Amino acid sequence: MMASGYNAKEEDGHPAGVTVHGVGGPVTVKNKKPDNTAFKQQRLPAWQPILTAGTVLPAFFVIGLIFIPIGIGLFVTSKNIKEFEIDYTGVDMSSPCFNCSQNYIWNSTTPCTCSVPFTLDQPFENNVFMYYGLSNFYQNHRRYVKSRDDSQLNGDLSSLKNPSKECEPYRTSNDKPIAPCGAIANSLFNDTLGLYYIDPNGSRTAIPLVRKGIAWWTDKHVKFRNPGGNDNLTVAFQATTKPVNWRKPVYELDPSDSDNNGFINEDFIVWMRTAALPTFRKLYRIIQKKPNNLSPTLPLGQYVLDVTYNYPVRSFEGRKRMILSTISWMGGKNPFLGIAYITVGSVCFFLGIVLLVIHHKYGNRNNSADIPH
Amino acid sequence: MSFFTMDFAKKKEREMERKLRANDREYNLSFKYATNAIKTSKYNVFTFLPLNLFEQFQRIANAYFLILLLLQLIPAISSLSWFTTVVPLVLVLFMTAAKDATDDINRHKSDNHVNNRKVNVLINGQLRCEKWMNVRVGDVIQLENNQFVTADLLLLSSSEPLNLVYIETAELDGETNLKVKQALTVTGDMGDNIHKLAAFTGEVRCEPPNNRLDRFTGTLINGGQKYSLDNNRILLRGCTLRNTEWCFGLVLFGGPETKLMKNCGKTTFKRTSVDRLMNVLVLCIFGFLAVMCTILAIGNRIWEQRWGSDFMVFLPREDGVNASFSAFLTFWSYIIILNTVVPISLYVSMEVIRLGNSFYIDWDRNMYHACSDTPAEARTTTLNEELGQIKYVFSDKTGTLTQNIMTFNKCSINGKSYGDVIDCNGQRLEITENTETVDWSFNPLADQRFSFHDHSLVEAVKLESPQVHNFFRLLSLCHTVMAEEKKKDELLYQAQSPDEGALVTAARNFGFVFRSRTPESVTIVEMGEQRSYDLLALLDFSNVRKRMSVIVRSPEGKLCLFCKGADTMIYERLHRSCSKLMDVTTEHLNEYAGEGLRTLALAFKDLDEEYFKGWQQRHHVASTALEDREEKLDLLYEEIEKDLMLLGATAIEDKLQDGVPQTIEQLSQADIKIWVLTGDKQETAENIGYSCNMLREEMDDIFIVSANNPDDVKQELRNALNTMKPGAGEEATFMPVSSLGSKIKEVKDEEVAGEYGLVINGHSLAYALDHSTEMLFLRAACLCKTVICCRVTPLQKAQVVELVKKYKQAVTLAIGDGANDVSMIKAAHIGVGISGQEGMQAVLSSDYSVAQFRYLERLLLVHGRWSYLRMCKFLRYFFYKNFTFTFVHFWFAFFCGFSAQTVYDEWFITLYNLVYTALPVLGMSLFDQDVNDTWSFQYPKLYVPGQLNQYFSKTAFFKCALHSVYSSVVLFFIPYAAMNDTVRSDGKDIADYQSFALLTQTCLVFTVCIQLGLEMSYWTAVNQLFVWGSLTMYFAVTFAMYSNGMYLTAPASFPFIGTARNSLNQPNVWLTILLTSILCVLPVVAYRFLLIQLRPTINDKVMFMVRQAKATPAPRTRRAQVRRSSTRRSGYAFSHAQGYGDLVTSNRFLRRPAIVPTSGFSLLGRTTGFSPMGRSAGYSPTGSAQNNRPQHVEATSLQMFSTELDHSF
Repeated sequence: MMASGYNAKEEDGHPAGVTVHGVGGPVTVKNKKPDNTAFKQQRLPAWQPILTAGTVLPAFFVIGLIFIPIGIGLFVTSKNIKEFEIDYTGVDMSSPCFNCSQNYIWNSTTPCTCSVPFTLDQPFENNVFMYYGLSNFYQNHRRYVKSRDDSQLNGDLSSLKNPSKECEPYRTSNDKPIAPCGAIANSLFNDTLGLYYIDPNGSRTAIPLVRKGIAWWTDKHVKFRNPGGNDNLTVAFQATTKPVNWRKPVYELDPSDSDNNGFINEDFIVWMRTAALPTFRKLYRIIQKKPNNLSPTLPLGQYVLDVTYNYPVRSFEGRKRMILSTISWMGGKNPFLGIAYITVGSVCFFLGIVLLVIHHKYGNRNNSADIPH
Repeated sequence: MSFFTMDFAKKKEREMERKLRANDREYNLSFKYATNAIKTSKYNVFTFLPLNLFEQFQRIANAYFLILLLLQLIPAISSLSWFTTVVPLVLVLFMTAAKDATDDINRHKSDNHVNNRKVNVLINGQLRCEKWMNVRVGDVIQLENNQFVTADLLLLSSSEPLNLVYIETAELDGETNLKVKQALTVTGDMGDNIHKLAAFTGEVRCEPPNNRLDRFTGTLINGGQKYSLDNNRILLRGCTLRNTEWCFGLVLFGGPETKLMKNCGKTTFKRTSVDRLMNVLVLCIFGFLAVMCTILAIGNRIWEQRWGSDFMVFLPREDGVNASFSAFLTFWSYIIILNTVVPISLYVSMEVIRLGNSFYIDWDRNMYHACSDTPAEARTTTLNEELGQIKYVFSDKTGTLTQNIMTFNKCSINGKSYGDVIDCNGQRLEITENTETVDWSFNPLADQRFSFHDHSLVEAVKLESPQVHNFFRLLSLCHTVMAEEKKKDELLYQAQSPDEGALVTAARNFGFVFRSRTPESVTIVEMGEQRSYDLLALLDFSNVRKRMSVIVRSPEGKLCLFCKGADTMIYERLHRSCSKLMDVTTEHLNEYAGEGLRTLALAFKDLDEEYFKGWQQRHHVASTALEDREEKLDLLYEEIEKDLMLLGATAIEDKLQDGVPQTIEQLSQADIKIWVLTGDKQETAENIGYSCNMLREEMDDIFIVSANNPDDVKQELRNALNTMKPGAGEEATFMPVSSLGSKIKEVKDEEVAGEYGLVINGHSLAYALDHSTEMLFLRAACLCKTVICCRVTPLQKAQVVELVKKYKQAVTLAIGDGANDVSMIKAAHIGVGISGQEGMQAVLSSDYSVAQFRYLERLLLVHGRWSYLRMCKFLRYFFYKNFTFTFVHFWFAFFCGFSAQTVYDEWFITLYNLVYTALPVLGMSLFDQDVNDTWSFQYPKLYVPGQLNQYFSKTAFFKCALHSVYSSVVLFFIPYAAMNDTVRSDGKDIADYQSFALLTQTCLVFTVCIQLGLEMSYWTAVNQLFVWGSLTMYFAVTFAMYSNGMYLTAPASFPFIGTARNSLNQPNVWLTILLTSILCVLPVVAYRFLLIQLRPTINDKVMFMVRQAKATPAPRTRRAQVRRSSTRRSGYAFSHAQGYGDLVTSNRFLRRPAIVPTSGFSLLGRTTGFSPMGRSAGYSPTGSAQNNRPQHVEATSLQMFSTELDHSF
């Protein structure tokens, strides 16, 4: 609607046709007058929010007031999570695994083992999760990430025999297709970790480590499938060969459980879910809480980590860690979120106050008296 | 495209001379002249695809994406799948091709329409109706009245006496007054004798095709005789035949070789300033892209050296790739990954937005003119946002500001003013459409179109008041109008100027009907009684005399001199006894002038028989004198035109179009400068300047530059400059003239106290536009509030526009209605044509067409402003959204060994711009408005930011980029820190690459959505739908892509199976998303809030006020039409050309007898008699007026005409 008077006579309300009284009665002539729709006339009803003190300042305070409690909650939760981490790379001379790391020989038949003692100074309740952590390991390198064949891992027979080109140079070995092919599979983490509780009397008690239930359900049941089902993997993988770094073929990954072999071996699946960052941890085993629920899963005291040292990381300055952690509703220990929330909330609150002051001092500039016409 | 045409032109030999023979197709065909078919279309069915693709890939953006695509085909480099580039590219190519195809189809249609017009062609001795396109050079064709001239013709013969034809050249030069062309006698004698015409075998040799409308040279060889041909024998394509039953012509140039087509030129492809800025920015972005990629490549080199070589145990390099080569490959890989900084969808979206905003213009009911049933039309869909940046408006006068209708509005007779409607209280009433008009039924000869509101004048006539009768008698006798009476009592006046027409028509309606004239007499019907006056002398008008007189002898034998002219001229020559009447009349004149009316004073004098005889004698002697004839005549005229008795004054309204003063007022409120460029006389132009409120009494000074040589012009300009800004004139003199091809300087806007106006005429303008003076002129003109250039040629119009374009970083708009405005319409950034009249060239070459000048206000202040706002918001947001999207890769590079690994899922990269974020931003750019149209009118100052490029500039872009950097840092490092070493609530992994990608992309989508919400100030339902729909779409598509089904159909394409399910059910993932989004937006909100508080822009203020007002604004306080009591008098507004009287009194100009010759041709349509719509009062440009060279004597068409006639007699 135009405010000027001179076109008032053409204001809306006319029908879209002009009735002409000619010979033979009224005739409606279609004219070119545009339709009077809100859309075409750009008069669609609309919500027009603007940044006013009335909306912005409360928003800041509200955000502040919401964020700070969330932050505190997160921080406390994170604080209550117990986590223990031990580096067993064996970089230092003093480290028990120093020798293993120094004398690493690919494909050596005699595995090098070392035992790393440690002390838990607080008991771990509920389920305790055991992770291995790697540092400086570029699982997110482009060439690394793409070096796999999802079809093959999904049990596709043709891909099993003829893996994708992406797997190069770990596609074939000795003219046989590698299963599973690619750099990711080839570099499967193959240290074996064992955990023993040292009784005050000196005896070692092996802590039961559950090796199933560590992979995503979707990975285990949809993404990864053995070729030809799970029966007789030896036959299924007959025409293939193991990755060059591996000591045993894919169908013998878990000697203890025949259902945990082939592509659906959970250690393998966990490894194949490549990490986002060069420092990462992956779930290794679960220590389930004791059925009686009275004593902690891991009581405080002396422990020994038995390592079968197969995995070389020294060459690229990598580190290997073993982590024990309990979890909460927000996952593992990560104080960042809590702190961040508290910080952002406080900043918000503070900004709110600053803006309020500024608004009171200068806000009257926004009045409309001085709008030039 | 030009590549092809150039090539084509080169192949063809340059034609040096045209030879052709009438009625000899075979001979003429041997020269392979162009036929009369025209082709403006670019493609046909077969050439469309290759040509169009070729053109499209000439655009940098498209070529860039093609190169990207090729890069992606190299496996070592390819960091993205091919489909990420192919899908958008194909989409873009397809959409552009579709648009080009529709455009070309339209061109084909219009070509076909023109080519299929029918014309009579003489073939094998018979007249046959042929299509235009089948007309060949050398054909003889017959044109009928009101037909368009088919091709450039040599006029052979016509129905009119002396082989004259009348043509209207509106399409060529915009003038609707008629021009006369005359055939050679030798061809004219053939008449309409078909046999003779068919037997005519004249040979023509003439100049090759060119674009000079005003020149033609050639010879006709007929029967062994040579006749020279000039422009006066030529009818040009595009003209219309008027008042001529028929004529025959010989086709000289056809189709593309006609002067009309040669003049069309290639339409220059206009680009908006935003486009130009974009080009610069895109180049910057390319540079920036290269820098980023180089950094990353160097990073890669270092990484490969330090860690990569060691990491080879697990990740061996390909053969032959060392660290350096890897860095090289990485460079290209990152080029591919980071290509989204120049997203292809940007260009498509821009086109879509412009198209949408163009549709709004087409759809706007407030720009629909009901009288002519014409909506506004956006003829170009690529310039919308420029409408919001206009700084200079160049306007034509006639037909644009004025309706080109002269109406007899008021008069003062014997000290009494007529014309106002006075109510019973003695108050003057505003005349509206509903005001009762005078009933002319008492006068059978009245022109019913003429309307007058004051009944008292009719009463005065009926009362036979002698002064009133004398007044109208004068009007019916003292003029040079020709009357034509085709049917009984149906008079048609052929007036040379519309003012005269209006006066004679007024006299006619008031009972003094001018009926016919012979060289010696004028016959009028005085109150129903036919009387014939002997016309003894006609003292013609001239620019110096500014008056014209006739000396007549009434049937009773009384001798009388009637004189009309500029009041200043008449007043000097009045008898002393009139002094009292003079005072009263002066008052009236002032009043009329104050209302912007064009005034004339009328006076008469009874002559003494004896004295007159003596005078006549001397007059005869003087008019045959060989030396100083002019001076002698002038002296004689001066002698007899004295002691006149004042009769009164007339006031003619050069009717302004509706709402012109208001529009101009609004536009100048919006800091838009309006320059009027008109072909009219200075007085007329000034007059209009006053009535449009552009020139005002209270202005500090109005400079009139009308010198006739360069130095004087310079001096006058310098004086003007000095008056406005002391010292500026001298300074300007020393301003170095841009020499040595140095880069063009920009003339900064200067502020000056006070309001000034500048009026400059065509001759002075020619000097002012000279290289040495142009800066002076420009500075002076830019300091003035109003600039009026009068008597300018079409070329000068364009030159003025070019001058401003060249030195001012400002966007110009030219508005006009005639073909004489075409040049400036094409030259300006935006050309607006006034539509409504048919076949107007101005509209055809314009970018936008509106029916009325006043719609310009809405076009600029509403549509332009919104378009600009929307486009800028779009660009800012679009760059933000893509930079943010892209920069995250940059940060990630430092954590993935610079390996060109993407942060996001490839599908996300493909769909981000096309699906997830396309619609919300489009919605914003199609619907957004800061304040509605009413408020836009209320506060024209809202327009100013556009002129200053404030919404999108390099600074704004830089800010955008900084904002993106911040957002991308947040977007990468918050998820990084939150996910680092974190696990799910069931202890399983979540810090894997896929979950991280999902988290980051979800954060990104939320962030850009919220950011959009902040940008958007007008949330319609559609916007809501788009925003929420896109978010929903994101999740729907993500879950679908990561579903089992998709994975199982194509494991390699959808490896992200289950990621969405497994990570989006984690509370800490959502907490991270919330944190990231809030953190991205918080500083922006705080910053904007601070800006609003501390330094609110005009928009902020108005929006705040709208918020406060809630309801609709108070209706715009309409400035009451102030009746100015003005001391300024419209000068001699009697627009008339000298020399006409000469014709009237000679026998030559007499038209054919009133009875229609029985030629067998029926008249087509209306015959233009006098309609008070003649164009451009008084200025009849001829070819010579197109020259920039000054002439001491202004040649007018009629002078030329008379001289031509002299030759032929």
